[in-house]
Amino acid sequence: MEKKGWDGFEIGAMLRTFDGAVSDIATTLPENRPYSQSSSFTASVADWRIEKPLFNKDYCIDCQFCWVYCPDMSIISRDKKMIGIDFDHCKGCGICVQVCPTNPKSLLMFPEQKDEESALAEWPKKEKKDQAEEPKED
Amino acid sequence: MSEMKKIKNLKDFSTSADRFEGANLLCPGCAHSIIVREVLNATNDDLILAASTGCLEVCTAVYPYTSWDASWIHIGFENGSSAVAGAEAMYKALKTKGRLKQPDRVPKFVAFGGDGATYDIGFQWISGCFERGHNMMYVCLDNEVYANTGGQRSSSTPIGASATTTPAGRVSYGEKRNKKDMMAIMAAHGAPYVAQVAPNKWKDMVAKIQKGFAAEGPVYINAMSACTTEWKFAPEDTISISDLATDSLVFPLYEIIDGTKLNITYRPKNIVPVRDYLGAQGRFKHLFTKQYDYLIDEWQTRVDAKWDYLQRREEASV
Ligand SMILES: Cc1ncc(C[n+]2csc(CCOP(=O)(O)OP(=O)(O)O)c2C)c(N)n1
Ligand code: SF4
Ligand code: SF4
Ligand code: SF4
Ligand SMILES: [Mg+2]
Repeated sequence: MEKKGWDGFEIGAMLRTFDGAVSDIATTLPENRPYSQSSSFTASVADWRIEKPLFNKDYCIDCQFCWVYCPDMSIISRDKKMIGIDFDHCKGCGICVQVCPTNPKSLLMFPEQKDEESALAEWPKKEKKDQAEEPKED
Repeated sequence: MSEMKKIKNLKDFSTSADRFEGANLLCPGCAHSIIVREVLNATNDDLILAASTGCLEVCTAVYPYTSWDASWIHIGFENGSSAVAGAEAMYKALKTKGRLKQPDRVPKFVAFGGDGATYDIGFQWISGCFERGHNMMYVCLDNEVYANTGGQRSSSTPIGASATTTPAGRVSYGEKRNKKDMMAIMAAHGAPYVAQVAPNKWKDMVAKIQKGFAAEGPVYINAMSACTTEWKFAPEDTISISDLATDSLVFPLYEIIDGTKLNITYRPKNIVPVRDYLGAQGRFKHLFTKQYDYLIDEWQTRVDAKWDYLQRREEASV
């Protein structure tokens, strides 16, 4: 569908988030939602990033701190497990890395062009106890 | 009333399907967004939302996009509260007349506004809504400044903060007046539930939002919203700055029930000096010279006195 300009709408026109009906949005996960072109979900802010977070699942304890504190709905958790990052909506703020309590961290910031494989290959090892940050309580 | 969503722990909470979308234009690391997620995800009920003009509204409704997966109203800077109150009044009227198409679905009515919209510009509208007793929740996203228009001071800006209309310089240390106590003012309306929350304490937040949703009548939530741009700290530090705010007791977490019973809901294990909270933010950096030592001491005394007052009220159950 072609996008209308702002002056192409009638006064009082309504922009719908979804094409068609969604009977219970609160229990429908994004992958099952019929987002319309009016939802910012269909847009990307990937070009805002200078650095991006990468995820190493070997150290992850699924605490979900990254999920709850990500301002941009960009930590993908399903069935109580952290499974990845939504790089269309991640703005690269770095909060998820800061709040990740594992040692070494399961999320780290890398330059935008870094490939995942080499990032995982050079992932830091466990820090000694006295240097490590204490895990945060929730 | 519909059943309350069960959220026992963070793993439970993480199964929520967000009704607030990415690729909005809020700054990287913006706490407004973290707060909105925690509020919306506290319920599975339908939502009727409004936002007053400010960062949240401006950044989530940029043509041709909306970032809201719920009914969402924007009218003006001053009247997000009355927009939601109007919708709530209509809902009640249709219910009384038996004209609701899905009477079993009981929506939640929530208005969001910044501190500028709440403490200053929209104050009489909010006061009116609370006096009329609408069944709604008003959430103030309190970043202590008019962020969206470039950082002018509001009546929530605390002493010593440099804002664009109260800049620190050779002759001034910035804002001269103390932050207005909105919690006390809203409690004085006799509202059934008034609470201060912070995004870094998600569990306390969710418990309070759910209590607010369960209450009959107008509910006021004052949400501390650390602003990376105006408080001047790195975006990745939003949660650690928020921790300093709650652990220094600059933002104590408490609730007031029916205007008369105060409960403290978070007691830091280690209370952090106010100096550490101030020192972590660029908006206070000019205070760290010998001549303004006394201001930092006064800050600490003020925070201690407030904490003492809250504890006395809790003890006396008033
Ligand atoms: C009546 C009116 N006055 C002024 C403005 C300009 N204005 C838009 S947003 C804003 C500041 C909002 O500050 P706040 O409510 O604290 O929200 P924040 O952006 O900090 O989240 C101002 C002054 C307006 N839109 N309407
Ligand atoms: S960098 Fe920021 S936006 Fe990206 S996933 Fe982490 S917390 Fe979310
Ligand atoms: S914060 Fe770290 S350990 Fe916790 S779920 Fe996220 S990646 Fe895993
Ligand atoms: S200026 Fe502050 S409140 Fe506004 S979008 Fe940026 S971080 Fe959020
Ligand atoms: Mg503000």
